[in-house]
Amino acid sequence: MFDTGGVVVPAELRQVADRARPVTLARERTLPLIEPLRPLLPDAALARGSAVAVRGAGATSLALNLAAGASLAGSWTVVVGLPDLGLAAAAEAGIDLRRLALVDAPEPGRWAAVVAALVGGVDLIVVDGRAPLTPTEGRRLGSRLRERGSVLVPVTPGATTDRTARRAGAWPADVTLSVRAAGWEGLGDGHGHLRRRRVEVEAEGRGRAARPRRAALWLPSAAGPAAALDAFDPSGPSVAPGRDDGGVGPAAVLTAAGGSTVVPFARDRRGR
Amino acid sequence: MSAEAVVRTLVVACPDWSVLAAGGRPEVPAAVIRANRVEATSPAARRDGVEAGQRRREAQGRCPGLVVLDADPARDARAFEAVAAALERFTPRIELSRPGLAAFPTRGPSRYFGGDEALARSVAAAVDEVVAGLGWPGAAGVGVADGAFAAHLAALAGPVTVVAPGGSPAHLAPLPVAVLGRPDLVDVLVRLGLRTLGAFAALDPADVVARFGADGRVAHRLARGLDERPPATAPPPRHLEVTAELDPPAERVDVAAFVAKGLADELHARLDRDGLACTRVCVLAETEHGERIERVWRHEGALGAGALADRVRWQLDGWLNGPVAVRPTSGVTRLVLTPDEVVAATGRQLGFWGGESAADERAARALARVQGLLGADAVSVPELRGGRGPGERVARVPAAAVDLASERAPGPGVDAPWPGRVPVPTPALVPPEPPPARVLDAAGEVVVVSGRGHLSRPPVRLEPAAGAPAEVVAWAGPWPVDERWWDPQGRRRRARLQLELADGRAVLVHVEGGRWAIEGVYD
Repeated sequence: MFDTGGVVVPAELRQVADRARPVTLARERTLPLIEPLRPLLPDAALARGSAVAVRGAGATSLALNLAAGASLAGSWTVVVGLPDLGLAAAAEAGIDLRRLALVDAPEPGRWAAVVAALVGGVDLIVVDGRAPLTPTEGRRLGSRLRERGSVLVPVTPGATTDRTARRAGAWPADVTLSVRAAGWEGLGDGHGHLRRRRVEVEAEGRGRAARPRRAALWLPSAAGPAAALDAFDPSGPSVAPGRDDGGVGPAAVLTAAGGSTVVPFARDRRGR
Repeated sequence: MSAEAVVRTLVVACPDWSVLAAGGRPEVPAAVIRANRVEATSPAARRDGVEAGQRRREAQGRCPGLVVLDADPARDARAFEAVAAALERFTPRIELSRPGLAAFPTRGPSRYFGGDEALARSVAAAVDEVVAGLGWPGAAGVGVADGAFAAHLAALAGPVTVVAPGGSPAHLAPLPVAVLGRPDLVDVLVRLGLRTLGAFAALDPADVVARFGADGRVAHRLARGLDERPPATAPPPRHLEVTAELDPPAERVDVAAFVAKGLADELHARLDRDGLACTRVCVLAETEHGERIERVWRHEGALGAGALADRVRWQLDGWLNGPVAVRPTSGVTRLVLTPDEVVAATGRQLGFWGGESAADERAARALARVQGLLGADAVSVPELRGGRGPGERVARVPAAAVDLASERAPGPGVDAPWPGRVPVPTPALVPPEPPPARVLDAAGEVVVVSGRGHLSRPPVRLEPAAGAPAEVVAWAGPWPVDERWWDPQGRRRRARLQLELADGRAVLVHVEGGRWAIEGVYD
């Protein structure tokens, strides 16, 4: 009916056509991730219907960065529990605050009901991974996620050497991201300010995520969102050769505004 | 002015109800806090200068011994059920606006009890018996006047105040316009020199509508001693009534509340279809054994589906969890919502270019379900604001107070420079109540920041009040801030330090009045 003979189809239109195509492969049902986190997950994106657990020192920052890509693309993020989540940090990580909602921690027995009510309605659900959940509730929640296509992110902040703490709630996890902090930069002995933190993230999971993946990141970077620590680990997956955006630019402006001293800062420590 | 009939109304008002319900005492300074703002106060707290709308810190500054109570509308409603039950002995038809405020038309009861004066006195005695039982005699006032607004103000004026028939306009005339409760409008009126309701009421209605619009018209009607809108002549159409049969009967409030949420949504959909909004609704619950509770809920604006469901939940909570004397003997089997007064919905004009996307609507529905499960206050959304500390730059506002599906404006001061603010990155964990800690120097003394912003000695050790102490390996600061120095109540001086600890963690600590606390953790 619509004969396009001779008419050049613009690229945008082709994109729309691609998007409207009825058949979707499982790997196409994904939510976007910000660039530096892509090496961590299969298909370089968050698979809809999956659960990605995050734990370790720096877990809160990582969870915020995981949600940032989808949030910028128009998805809603709901955080359940976590009363001390820093909302300014969420905005700095790249989450659109207009599409973020916070739910107070429910009573112990009602976590599953509350999270289940959100599944399907919002794309990303960040929950306190220390909250109690029975294994049965966890399995049921997992299958509800797969059916409705939301992504669950249970967060367990802090060090995770304690095995019992890890087992507090039986939250489903298709992939587990463990963060290991490797030190801050920018703070001296009475001068400077916290600028960025080097972390190593290890992803373990099952199915397509069974192969362990690693990434070394600045989390947070001097600008806020996570940034790749390029060429840090030659054996790891190749990452885009983009500069780490922990440049002097924005930070220097802010320090000047903040009225504190600007410290000359070792730009290249990775060579050591 | 006009021969418009105004319903003669008796109002029972207890302005301090939420303090009373939370277990406060009149002689103890106490305040109910909601979202860090004072919502209600006890008389003792008012004497110390604590006022509604103040920040918690400001209120505590004025009254150091202030007992801080959490806001909980369900608890307030549950406690108010005892007063409602006492009023039910006088008339079966009570209208509740919110916990602490009840009204009924006096026409029938007044004749039976021998006049408005006698009725008001016996109602006051019955209510006082209830509140005295809760340890707070004299907390409630009773007022009778033409129109609910005048009666409410009469009830606030004294224990028993009866305004003669036709005397409402004269009674209202000397009162300040602030009692209208519309800050924006009141501000303009005062600047125009209209300081009393009488002066405002003397304006021509047509001029008021031309200058202040529909809301101004409502305020003007109230000032003239009329009801908000002319009385409806026809009862609302019967087909708007919605009913749910519960099988098995609901013994618990949350089960019944879940059904109520669906019922409220259905009623709302029906009203929407007819272009109506509901300002008064009758909620009827019936048990297996035929016990019933019927209450009329009223709202100044229109009752949204969420507000409606909340009121059903309050009513059932007061009934099912109330004192044994009023508690039903079996579960709720039937719930009926009947709109009692409907008005044309002025509605919401949707943006032509898809202001509400499907994702926003889905999210709003999912959050509404969570509100149904946990209560409307359990869901909040962030709002950008100006400020220096990590917790001040974004505030949490109840989702019930905003329209999730539309664009929200950022708060004031977002674009201001805020000199002295903590540089990015911001701590990812910001406890709502900063846990106290001690920052120690090499000699084991607490580190002190001088008035000029100098540290006494470098910090070497952080000892949280709860948790393991840690050595400091690097630090920076202090960042002193002296905020609101022009305001004796809100003034705040503190200094911040960033500490990197031996275990790899980094924290933001602050000192205020010689006490250190952990303001944020860079997780």
